[in-house]
Amino acid sequence: MRAFHKLVMQLRMLILRRTAAERLDDELQFHLEQLIDENIARGMSAEEAKHAAMRSFGNPAALRDQARATWSWNSLEQMMRDVRIGMRTLARTPGFAIVSILVIAIGIGANVALFTMVQSVLLKPLPFNHPDRLLMLHGVNGRFKFEPVAAGDFYDWQRQSHSFEQMAIWRWSGFNMTGNKGELPEFLNTATGSWNIFSAFGVQPVLGRDFSPDDDRIGAPKTAIIAWNFFHRRFHGDPSIVGKSIRLNEQLYTVIGVLPRSFSYPDPLIQLWVPYHLDNPADSLQSHFNHTSNVIALLKPGASAERATEELNAVQYQIHQNLYATGVVHDGVSSRSLLDDMVGDVRTPLYILLAAVGCLLLIACLNISNLMVARAAVRRKEMAIRAALGSSRLRLCREQVTESLLICLIGGALGLLLAIAATRWLTTRWTDMPRADSIHLDATVIAFAIGITFLSGMLAGLLPALSATGRGLLAALQDASRTVGSSTSRTSLRKSLLTIEIALTVILLVCGGLLFKSFVRLRSIDLGCTTRNVLTMQYFLHNAKYQKPEEIVAFHTQLLERVRRLPGVEAAGLTSVVPGDGHYGDNLFTIREHPPLPTGQHVFALNRSVDPGYFSTIQIPLIRGRFFSEDERMDRDKYVIIDQKFANDFFPNEDPIGKHLRVKWQSTIGEDYEIIGVVGNTRYALKAELRPMMYFPILSGIHSRTSDVTLVLRTQGDPELIALPVQKEITQLDPELPISRIRTMQQIIGESTADSSFSATLVLAFAVLSLVLAAVGLYGVLAYLVTQRTTEIGIRIALGAQRDQMMGLVLVDGLRPALIGVAIGILGSLGAVRLIRSALFGTSPLDTSVFVTVIATLLLVAAAACALPAWKASRLDPMQTLRTE
Amino acid sequence: MVCVDNHGMGKPSDLVQGTLDLLILKTLSLEAKHGWAIAKRIQQVSGEVLQVQQGSLYPALHRLEQQGWIKAKWAESETGRQAKFYSLTAAGRKQLESETANWNRLSEAINIVVQEA
Repeated sequence: MRAFHKLVMQLRMLILRRTAAERLDDELQFHLEQLIDENIARGMSAEEAKHAAMRSFGNPAALRDQARATWSWNSLEQMMRDVRIGMRTLARTPGFAIVSILVIAIGIGANVALFTMVQSVLLKPLPFNHPDRLLMLHGVNGRFKFEPVAAGDFYDWQRQSHSFEQMAIWRWSGFNMTGNKGELPEFLNTATGSWNIFSAFGVQPVLGRDFSPDDDRIGAPKTAIIAWNFFHRRFHGDPSIVGKSIRLNEQLYTVIGVLPRSFSYPDPLIQLWVPYHLDNPADSLQSHFNHTSNVIALLKPGASAERATEELNAVQYQIHQNLYATGVVHDGVSSRSLLDDMVGDVRTPLYILLAAVGCLLLIACLNISNLMVARAAVRRKEMAIRAALGSSRLRLCREQVTESLLICLIGGALGLLLAIAATRWLTTRWTDMPRADSIHLDATVIAFAIGITFLSGMLAGLLPALSATGRGLLAALQDASRTVGSSTSRTSLRKSLLTIEIALTVILLVCGGLLFKSFVRLRSIDLGCTTRNVLTMQYFLHNAKYQKPEEIVAFHTQLLERVRRLPGVEAAGLTSVVPGDGHYGDNLFTIREHPPLPTGQHVFALNRSVDPGYFSTIQIPLIRGRFFSEDERMDRDKYVIIDQKFANDFFPNEDPIGKHLRVKWQSTIGEDYEIIGVVGNTRYALKAELRPMMYFPILSGIHSRTSDVTLVLRTQGDPELIALPVQKEITQLDPELPISRIRTMQQIIGESTADSSFSATLVLAFAVLSLVLAAVGLYGVLAYLVTQRTTEIGIRIALGAQRDQMMGLVLVDGLRPALIGVAIGILGSLGAVRLIRSALFGTSPLDTSVFVTVIATLLLVAAAACALPAWKASRLDPMQTLRTE
Repeated sequence: MVCVDNHGMGKPSDLVQGTLDLLILKTLSLEAKHGWAIAKRIQQVSGEVLQVQQGSLYPALHRLEQQGWIKAKWAESETGRQAKFYSLTAAGRKQLESETANWNRLSEAINIVVQEA
């Protein structure tokens, strides 16, 4: 009952507050009247009675406030009053308000966007049953700690370890899918995994069933589980597909299940999964040398990852002991959490960007803080008078902080909208972002946005508020209106704020500059071949009609003949993989003419298969010897071409031409290939070191190494124009053969530099933005300083000081904080570059040119910002200034 | 504050806040009164010893009202003017009982201590 009564009372106080206030006045007035009546009754005159009553009644305003203080919602009312005052102050200087709000909006927007990415990608647990117990297991090979795993190793680990609930293996794969009713053929990115792969993740198909051990053995009926995307894209989400067959590489696979929408491991591109035993040659399933797969493992509850890895290391040690003489085997096992494994590559760039936007926001806050200090200085007298009249310091502070909070709240709201757009943009632009599908705004992000909004409001407002209301406040009253000196403490506060701002800007500029320089380095890397006017596309001869060498060779040669005749095509060639597009594969070899290597030592080189015209098509220079001839095909294929790096590494003081490489392609003893030529070096990836490379004839037609092909075309004009005619030629040759990854060389390079161009551009953009903010801040402080010292400067000039002396005085005043800021910033950068070192490429973290450029830019900008106020100071008319007061 | 007028013997001593609440509740237990009448009544009953200042009376009344111990109604006063009359709510009546009991316990205890010493 009483609770109800209180609630009614509270509601009434909220809604009928104005009435209540009038009633209170009336009530007090009644009391006063009673007092007067009493006094009159005692025999006073009306006038006397009134005065006496007023005297004993006390200050009616104070009395009213005391009574009101007991009302509910009192603090809300006070807050509203502060907000009203703040709004009015802001509206009086709309320029300042709009600029500050925009600056804060950008700062908060960028922070929220980056936090969304960091939170969704790096911090949020993976959407699996036991994300904390999922490990990724890798092979260790000397200094390489995270190498792919061979199937033979995996099955040994699975049999001999006891710490894991599940251990599953998978690798990337691909199929040509042909429709049943003349639908377009399509190349599918797929994966193949052991039967327990989904149960290790704790994921069940939403339709149909999971793989069973019986599905995953040699000779089992062919089955596939399809991804949700593929299910909807190709089959329009029709559940009756479960149990039906689809044609992959011209073989029928029964669809037994559909994965849930949330499952996008390892990549949303994966369209379907087939059992591991069905998509791997029988010999590779037992091999310990064929390192192509990835292993995930689910720890038993309570088991430690370190202990489990130790256990596997013991198993792997045994394998290594038994087999190291035969070939390359891993000498150890390493593990890391699945999340680390997925997001390891983006962690540094994301944290760098987050730090950069954090700096940006800090600079924005400092800038607003700085402007507020200036405004507070103007309002010093007002503050002093209010303090003298009994306003509490808390009250004065609260008013100022409310003002900056208002700026930040409006800025924060705008920023949140900005963040939504920015996050969407970032996700689409950042091509290699893992877990991109999990990126969205959620409650944590909103909480973060609110948090930093208030934090920046406090940060921007508290310092000026404290300094404006601090001790010495009343001294302002003693200042004569003609006081000549400026208040040094206030100015020095502004200068130190500015120094911090400039220091932060220097750090941002240095990091942005370094990242940008490494991006430029990356772009200018010489792949070793031409990148202009080159179009590439891939096709995979996996269908049943391309099993024999002559069938494969016939297709390749016919295609080359046809496309070489096309107008606009200057040259065409075939290769397994073009430079810059990946590792592809490597092989052990021995040199017949050299003495055998000590047991356990192995040498290997990257291998590619090419046709005779490939090198001249992509313009890899011939250094010695010759290219393949058209005649070196089918079983007359025992010739090999090596690159310069290979020649330097393995034939340092001799002529490699005519020597023989023994490679185990077809048999366990190996076959000898005669070296007929040496070509220029190419890089398999932009950022990678050079590795020795060997090229085999693609016209051998050996299925395992000549059926996955990249067609390379050098064109006269725009290479993309030739894509359609070439595709038509392929379709005419084989209507069921899908073509994939049609890209120019420029696009291939673009793909591998996209992310670094991205973070470099963003950090640099943030750095430039903060440079502008710092310049504005510097200009503001100096302009204010000059106004403050107008009288002083006027007197000095009147007394005979030279005008350029005055200019110098102001310039030095402005440049000093800039210089100190630069010095601190350089010191800070020395620490900061350590953190971004791993994101740099071919650029020293202490790159002199970047540091020098940054210092020069900053000082130049600072000088420019100081120039105008300094010039104004030197132009002052002494008579004018002395007369103004 | 409620001041005890101790007939010029030094400064008037302040009464604790809860005491004023008790006095107001007690005063209102018989009939509804406006602020002026409450102050007068306390003064009269206490034989002019307790003087209730406006500065503490009205905040106390408003606080009690917000708490739901008393409720207010505008009505015509003896002089014919509209005035705000306060009266006890049911909850206020209970509160008065328990505060009175409390007060009795406290004052007895103080008495014992004072007389013993």
